[in-house]
Amino acid sequence: MVLSLRDLSVEAAGRALVDRLNIDVEAGRIVGLVGPNGSGKSTALRCVYRALRPTSGAVLLDGTDLTSLKLRDSARSIAALTQESQTELDFTVEEVVALGRAPHARGNHPLTARERALCRQSMERLDVTHLADRSVLTLSGGERQRVLVARALVQEPRVLVLDEPTNHLDVRHQVELLSFLRGSGLTVLTALHDLNLAAAACDRIAVLSSGSLVSTGEPAEVLTPELVRKVFGVDVTVVHHPRTGAPHLIYDLTAPASTT
Amino acid sequence: MAEAVSETPSAEPGTAEPSRNETHDEEPDGRGAGRGRLLTALVVLSVTLVVSVLAGIALGPTVVPPADVVHFLWAALTGGGIGADEVTGYSIVWHVRTPRVLLAAVVGAGLAVVGVAIQALVRNALADPFVLGISSGASVGATAVVVFGVFASLGVYALSAAAFLGALGATLLVYLAARGPLGLTPLRLVLTGVALAYGFQALMSVLVFLSPNGQAARTVLFWLLGSLGAASWESLPLVTAAVLVAIGVLLRQSRSLDVLALGDETAASLGVDADALRRGLFLLTAAVTGLIVAVSGAIAFVGLVLPHVVRILVGSTHRRVLAITPLAGACFMVWVDLVARTAFAPEELPLGVITALIGVPVFITLMRRRGYLFGGR
Repeated sequence: MVLSLRDLSVEAAGRALVDRLNIDVEAGRIVGLVGPNGSGKSTALRCVYRALRPTSGAVLLDGTDLTSLKLRDSARSIAALTQESQTELDFTVEEVVALGRAPHARGNHPLTARERALCRQSMERLDVTHLADRSVLTLSGGERQRVLVARALVQEPRVLVLDEPTNHLDVRHQVELLSFLRGSGLTVLTALHDLNLAAAACDRIAVLSSGSLVSTGEPAEVLTPELVRKVFGVDVTVVHHPRTGAPHLIYDLTAPASTT
Repeated sequence: MAEAVSETPSAEPGTAEPSRNETHDEEPDGRGAGRGRLLTALVVLSVTLVVSVLAGIALGPTVVPPADVVHFLWAALTGGGIGADEVTGYSIVWHVRTPRVLLAAVVGAGLAVVGVAIQALVRNALADPFVLGISSGASVGATAVVVFGVFASLGVYALSAAAFLGALGATLLVYLAARGPLGLTPLRLVLTGVALAYGFQALMSVLVFLSPNGQAARTVLFWLLGSLGAASWESLPLVTAAVLVAIGVLLRQSRSLDVLALGDETAASLGVDADALRRGLFLLTAAVTGLIVAVSGAIAFVGLVLPHVVRILVGSTHRRVLAITPLAGACFMVWVDLVARTAFAPEELPLGVITALIGVPVFITLMRRRGYLFGGR
């Protein structure tokens, strides 16, 4: 077990944003967090990449409570793609990617040749090499998203935490990113809006509603019409991918109230 | 730990469309080119600074020939002798102009560097060393001296001491008022600083208004716009040490400053505690600004614009910006001070007037020419 959320709770202004969450992510597996807006996905992820301190409970990395580690030390093992993507300064793409080495680099020493090679490799993987000298402020949403994933890879993490990684991406880059994650061998915890992408890409899915875990398991076990109806309030028909057998949801566009 | 990234032969998005990457090899290595430009800029600016300082010492109402300047400086530094007819020239060079020009260089370097730090601290392009209310706090202290003669026992140091105490008080107030459950958030800091600055200005206006002495308003105004007229050898060591320490500390933190610019969430994921860093930056910039304001008044514009000018020239990474900015600020301020004391001699112009008159057109020209972006399109 690489990453475990143990009774993780976060309260703000007397309200539980995340309520005693228990999720395990095994080494090399991809676990998807799904749930409606405001269900606590981002809040849970923020505790993992340590932008937020849990009110109670803990996030364990190989059994070690993250709060007992220095921020810098956990950043060497856990990289994140956050929702916040706006920077104020017009860094070049190459500079932003290189900042992925921040938790490893000493003081203001320049990067080593190996680290620079790592940056080039990551940029090639995410198809952003041609943007190297562009200002990040001039990128499209999808380009920026890929640059930020490249930066996360440069961190050489064991665990990758992704908050809506497919936001702004065109369909080709969505598929490429998720295919890449599947082949990367990294342990991944990712929030995803698109249930079908989650079903196709994740080994396990955890469904959140109002901060609590509603269901967890393999996509086929979890993504049933009953659960989707209960949690998301929409009617779906589940079909299966003819080759992989992964569940695929077809949304019924009539208003839920009139179907009953 | 590294294996996960490096041992994955499958599914590489980059290989899907090779034509996109074809031009890459022809492009110059951005990093290498940047480093070359940085070194060139450092050398050029260092030489410019030495020449500027010598020019600043030589020029003035009485022009001292460059050879004499070097001769007098050499004599002063080595304890060598000078002729009896040279005493006046020596005195002008060593006792009047040299400390003043050096102080100009230190103040310029300090304000520019603090500007870089503050803009990173509050993540705002419009921030300058005075945005946190420090200068208006100092002004209240200085005004109290000018109008009511407080600290009279400190003699010539009364103004500096009162200004520094005012800056310190303002810093403390802003810090306490801006602190919230989430620590020092950038927006709260700026809003608190701006709001309290208005308060301090009001207080200062009341002091001037109540002043029994009509000259006070003029003196206060002059001090507010900045002047190095009170420069002496005694005013140099403390502020110089503070500025050097600030440059050293900030250079060491340059990568963390880059990370801070990416946002607090991202900073956490990259191992930087944004709140702790911001607290440190706040204390550092407040102390240095207070010391600078105490010796030179509130010289506007340098701390706002020089960081931007430097970013336009060498890019935004703080390692480069922090290496170049002090030299650029020092050169700029030496020339500004020279203009201030020679343009309408024997009258002196306030420095803030000249920084704005020179700086604004230079900045706007550079900005329009280079397609500079800060904080969005």
